[in-house]
Amino acid sequence: MSKKISLTLKVWRQNRGEEGRFETYQAGNIDTDASFLEMLDVVNDELTLSGKEPIAFEHDCREGICGCCGSLVNGKTHGSHERTTLCQLHMRHFKDGEMIVIEPFRATAFPVIKDLIVDRSALDRIIAEGGYISVKTGNAPEASTTPVKKALAEAAMDAAECIGCGACVAACPNGAAMLFTAAKVNQYALLPQGHPERAQRVKNMVAKMDELGFGNCSNEYECAVACPKGIDVKNIAALNREFIKANLKCEK
Amino acid sequence: MVKLDARIPDGPMAEKWTNHKFKVKLVNPANKRKHKVIVVGTGLAGASAAATMSELGYQVHSFTYSDSPRRAHSIAAQGGINAAKNYPNDGDSIYRLFYDTVKGGDFRSREANVYRLAECSNLIIDHCVAQGIPFAREYGGYLANRSFGGAQVSRTFYARGQTGQQLLLGAFGALQKEIKKGGVKMHTRTEVIDIVVIDGQARGIIARNLVTGELTRHVADAVVLATGGYGNVFFLSTNAMNCNASAAWRAYKKGACFANPCYTQIHPTCIPVHGEYQSKLTLMSESLRNDGRIWVPKQKGDKRPANEIPEAERDYYLERKYPSFGNLVPRDLASRNAKQVCDEGRGVGPTGQAVYLDFAEAIQRLGRDNIEAKYGNLFEMYNRITDEDPYTTPMMIYPAVHYTMGGLWVDYNLMTTLPGLYAIGEVNFSDHGANRLGASALMQGLADGYFVLPNTINDYLASSSFTKVGTDHEAFAESEAAAKDKLDRLLAVNGSRTVDDFHKELGSLLWEKCGMARNEAGLKEALERIPQIRKAFWENVNVPGSADDLNQALEKANRVADFMEFAELMVKDALERAESCGGHFREESQTEEGEALRDDENFCYVSAWEFKGLDQEPELHKEALEFEEVHLSQRSYK
Repeated sequence: MSKKISLTLKVWRQNRGEEGRFETYQAGNIDTDASFLEMLDVVNDELTLSGKEPIAFEHDCREGICGCCGSLVNGKTHGSHERTTLCQLHMRHFKDGEMIVIEPFRATAFPVIKDLIVDRSALDRIIAEGGYISVKTGNAPEASTTPVKKALAEAAMDAAECIGCGACVAACPNGAAMLFTAAKVNQYALLPQGHPERAQRVKNMVAKMDELGFGNCSNEYECAVACPKGIDVKNIAALNREFIKANLKCEK
Repeated sequence: MVKLDARIPDGPMAEKWTNHKFKVKLVNPANKRKHKVIVVGTGLAGASAAATMSELGYQVHSFTYSDSPRRAHSIAAQGGINAAKNYPNDGDSIYRLFYDTVKGGDFRSREANVYRLAECSNLIIDHCVAQGIPFAREYGGYLANRSFGGAQVSRTFYARGQTGQQLLLGAFGALQKEIKKGGVKMHTRTEVIDIVVIDGQARGIIARNLVTGELTRHVADAVVLATGGYGNVFFLSTNAMNCNASAAWRAYKKGACFANPCYTQIHPTCIPVHGEYQSKLTLMSESLRNDGRIWVPKQKGDKRPANEIPEAERDYYLERKYPSFGNLVPRDLASRNAKQVCDEGRGVGPTGQAVYLDFAEAIQRLGRDNIEAKYGNLFEMYNRITDEDPYTTPMMIYPAVHYTMGGLWVDYNLMTTLPGLYAIGEVNFSDHGANRLGASALMQGLADGYFVLPNTINDYLASSSFTKVGTDHEAFAESEAAAKDKLDRLLAVNGSRTVDDFHKELGSLLWEKCGMARNEAGLKEALERIPQIRKAFWENVNVPGSADDLNQALEKANRVADFMEFAELMVKDALERAESCGGHFREESQTEEGEALRDDENFCYVSAWEFKGLDQEPELHKEALEFEEVHLSQRSYK
């Protein structure tokens, strides 16, 4: 059964182009069935009506699939509950009277725009380097002419579940985008359709990742723990293999 | 004065699209790059259209209010996408998909468009497989199918419970490919505020940079809206929080007719409402109805836990009333029946506004592992939200607003009544009639974007003349000034209620009076109340912050201001259509068994409303619907 709890929030506030700071707010009478973002809605309504600016935070689908939401909650990306996005984290996991610290994702490649909103467009720029199969509309052969082993299709789907939220980057001590990039590279490496561009894809995506200020992987595995979709860290090993193979073959 | 011309090609149904593609004017490759096209929205329809038009050589400018095109709400579609491949060898065909869709839409869609949709369905699957979308497969490596409502064949392709995500990421990849190539210029965190019309043609947009607040002007030869549906007018829906009707509404006010706004789809399997603070509703995929059985207690007010109610005291009402389709009846029927049993006092859960969706029998028959493999992510999501375990306790579900069949009126080329303005995907009205079948939204979005629009927009671009205009044209200045004025007025009210507070008030009125069941008195009451709520909104809303900054409250206020106007048209349309059809159930028009009763003699048309000025009554235009292939009949799923 749901009940009501009260919380103290320490929230990162930052205006565009200015230094940020923590502000403290009270969140009273919060229903434990509410989601974390619904709790922020309640706080924002109170801030608005008391003449203050509400906390800016990114959100859209609120069902854990669009990848918009995400903040550090008590130092953990999307909070400490396993395999969840912030919108799917519910207040029943918090205790009455608890203090919660809420910050934006911290990473060199993700500059803060305002309050809890960061710029994650660097992730799209990695995808633009080859996170797709170059097939024009109209080119495709009949779908059943390309049988794909069930196990491979399942493994590709495991990798493809990434929602692009950036938690892996924010959780990594080096601010690396290895898990994100690896998931996309591996999805297409597993599928026969992805093979013609296999070598070029991994080389270009890795080069872009380095260029955009993402760090290197030092096998901390924090990314896989933070991932709301449970993307396996083995994808990074697969990425490394793809990268080495592509470079050894000197393929264009 | 608008004259509706659907431009349906001549000839037999099965040859119309092929003939039409031959007859439309083409733009030669060297000339394509001279044409700039604006595409608003990056969901399935928008992303696929932008990428494909760029592949063809047009200069495409793509706009999204999100930080990335990958966030569009198509991403949340769970269950699947229909196609007439007939891989299971169960008697499917293009004709059957066409037939099922026309019948499922309760004979309120345009046959020629639906036939084309069914024709394109197979091409979509071919293309998406080539894109590397990891569809579910059988052990032999071939594609798997499952069943959805309103069909007796298995024609739904799926990628676990994340089909929309995978298809969108495919289209997003194609879009990124074209961005990299330079064919698409992407504008993220940029919201369209107005459509600019010059010499009777849509020639551009006014957009707002959501980070800096700056209003920007963009000129083009054609504008394509792929901005989704208006379900969020109800406040609570399964739509994403930022989904809105603003672009479509501004287009309406600039001359594009709005068709069938009263057709909304209430999806039968959603997690029930549980609190005042609730911001949205969550869908549980229709695919669950393949194995889940829907029931309520036979006795009114039976408060025993589900597992203590013996088999003989349960009413599997869909299986009882519709033996040939059972739990897989179309969405409108499943929703209405859930409402009916709850209204009888047989609803379950703390609010009495829920029915059970029970997997006990399926788990016994197939084993828990099998059910987990099929629906694991959905069960997990249910558990996260409700804190209950659907493997041991039946799920509780209730209908919720999910999709809108109404939208901007378009002709066969998907052009609105405003020349040069196109509408694709959910924002148009064309393919689903009064009720959309499950797994058909993804099909329509991708058909429009990959295969239809790129083959029809050339007809307009090749046959129209374009005067050379720049963003310094006075029409841009006027639109921008009006947009700025509206934002300033919203900020100036400085009242005592939040935007959401007003939005909730409007939404609950619509849910009560223009939701799953509608009647004349209720609709008339809503028509009186909406202008009062709108007036109160403009007198007492509180929008903090400034227009020169990232200001989410202002974004929301600007969208809700449009919903306040749109709601009135929706209710007006519901009142005018005094028949029941599909998702539009008028209590005055039902059969003896309580099923929707169409009135083909008086209402076999598309209602297309033309804006006549702020304080004027809109004008109703009627596009008569003719059924050459699927003969009008009372829909039966018994």
